[in-house]
Amino acid sequence: MDTSTTNANVQQILDEAGAPVVVFDKVQLAFDDKVVLRDLSFTLLKGHTKIILGASGSGKSTALKIITGLLKADAGVVWVNGQRVDKLSEEEMMPVRADLGMIFQEGALFDSLTVRENVGYKLYEETDMPLDEVDKRVGEVLGFIGLGEHIDKMPSELSGGQRRRVAIARAMAFKPRILLYDEATTGLDPITATTVDDEIIKLRDLENVSSIVVTHQLRDAFYVATHMAQRDPNGQVSVVPATRDKEREAEFIMLKDGLIIFEGDADALRASSDPYIQTFLS
Amino acid sequence: MLPLLERWLKHAALEVQEYVFLTRRAFHGVFTRPIYRHDIIEQFDLIGAGSLTVVLLSGLFTGAALASQSGLTLDQFGARPLVGRLVSASMIKELGPVLTALMLTGRIGSGIAAELGSMVVTDQINALRALGTDPVRKLVVPRLLAGLFMAPVLTVISDFVGILGGWVVARFQLQVSSGLYWSSISKGLYMQDIWMGITKPFVFGFIIATIACHVGLRTSGGTAGVGKSTTVSVVAGSVAVIAADFFVTQIFFALFY
Repeated sequence: MDTSTTNANVQQILDEAGAPVVVFDKVQLAFDDKVVLRDLSFTLLKGHTKIILGASGSGKSTALKIITGLLKADAGVVWVNGQRVDKLSEEEMMPVRADLGMIFQEGALFDSLTVRENVGYKLYEETDMPLDEVDKRVGEVLGFIGLGEHIDKMPSELSGGQRRRVAIARAMAFKPRILLYDEATTGLDPITATTVDDEIIKLRDLENVSSIVVTHQLRDAFYVATHMAQRDPNGQVSVVPATRDKEREAEFIMLKDGLIIFEGDADALRASSDPYIQTFLS
Repeated sequence: MLPLLERWLKHAALEVQEYVFLTRRAFHGVFTRPIYRHDIIEQFDLIGAGSLTVVLLSGLFTGAALASQSGLTLDQFGARPLVGRLVSASMIKELGPVLTALMLTGRIGSGIAAELGSMVVTDQINALRALGTDPVRKLVVPRLLAGLFMAPVLTVISDFVGILGGWVVARFQLQVSSGLYWSSISKGLYMQDIWMGITKPFVFGFIIATIACHVGLRTSGGTAGVGKSTTVSVVAGSVAVIAADFFVTQIFFALFY
């Protein structure tokens, strides 16, 4: 079977609902003597949400950085969109990243660029898309997250919550099918955090984006897992409590010292009798 | 004591290795696509036009002070009319390139290290990579090209204003006629001197930009780390410039004099 046929088959599989878009198989990573990840294995299915919980230093953000190729695993296999990425060079990772969006802690917006330039960065710099089309897309995504009026501001003029939402807009501008959220709501007040959570839910349910949400904010983790977005016939979008089936599409992973100590849905997590999880949830 | 030395040596070897890797990647980035033209133009403007004032002032006063000092010494040998020759030779071969490079290290080296260091500690470099941009092509290549090509331009300007400053002192303090000053310059300069004066700033510009980028991109430890990187960039850049000056001079003496 030649490469084009194989690629076509992979694409066919990935187009199906519930296809595995990110697979971690026994991934290990250590920095000198400190082991960060020990045999981490999980699968993210298309259109689903994986919520990774854990204390600081448990390896949550590291897992996201391995998916995007910002860090390389010492051992194990990582698949993203049907492609094995754990052995790829920086240059070879670039096409894989075209379908991956990442929202960093604190947003990581480019200080010297306006909101417009930040959001359209990839389209302006890394594609041949005509400028008027890029501007249109930037307007669309800023409208989607409700920050259209801030388009010409600098990041320093925005509040913490607005910066996170611009970071989400930047990650979604090039329409990736997978979004990775690294502590997207940490340090925000509950009301602002909810607006960020709503964007995560809307992207998942309305744009069919598969997402991995790394957080230690339980309130936000459960909110994302137990709510869904819907659009009424007038085009109005609202976030409402999720149906039971929808809730099952959000799966929790609890990490402790680089190991998975829990995997399951919101109800199973609440019902867990593990003392560490109980302490974490209390 | 021995483990400490071993650790220091390992650390030094790692830094050199990373510096060489970065330089190699930057050179690869110069000759292959994608090229970020807008960033290159921006850096040429920032490093070139932005440094003009500091280079003009330092060159002018260096030339003036040199003429003033050497005038006194030359008087002891009755050679005051040769002041122009001494000022031009010193400025073009040595002081112009080195002082301009040191000014650039302070102004540009520190700025590059602080900017890239801040981008590292705020995850902006990772964000660039995640968005499909190679930080070496986007950030290092434009700064390397600007350092490489603007340092010689600024040095030539510094040489000229230095000689001009020397003329002001020679004419009005040492009472040497303008004709004598300028003719002694043209008589005392050889082609090798010009080549040495032009070659050195290329080397210095390369050193300043690559060291600053390397130190900036290796920043760790939050805002305190950014401050440390800035200091290291200026200190390492200055020492490297002075050391390179010695070696380039020796190479020229061996090959052309």
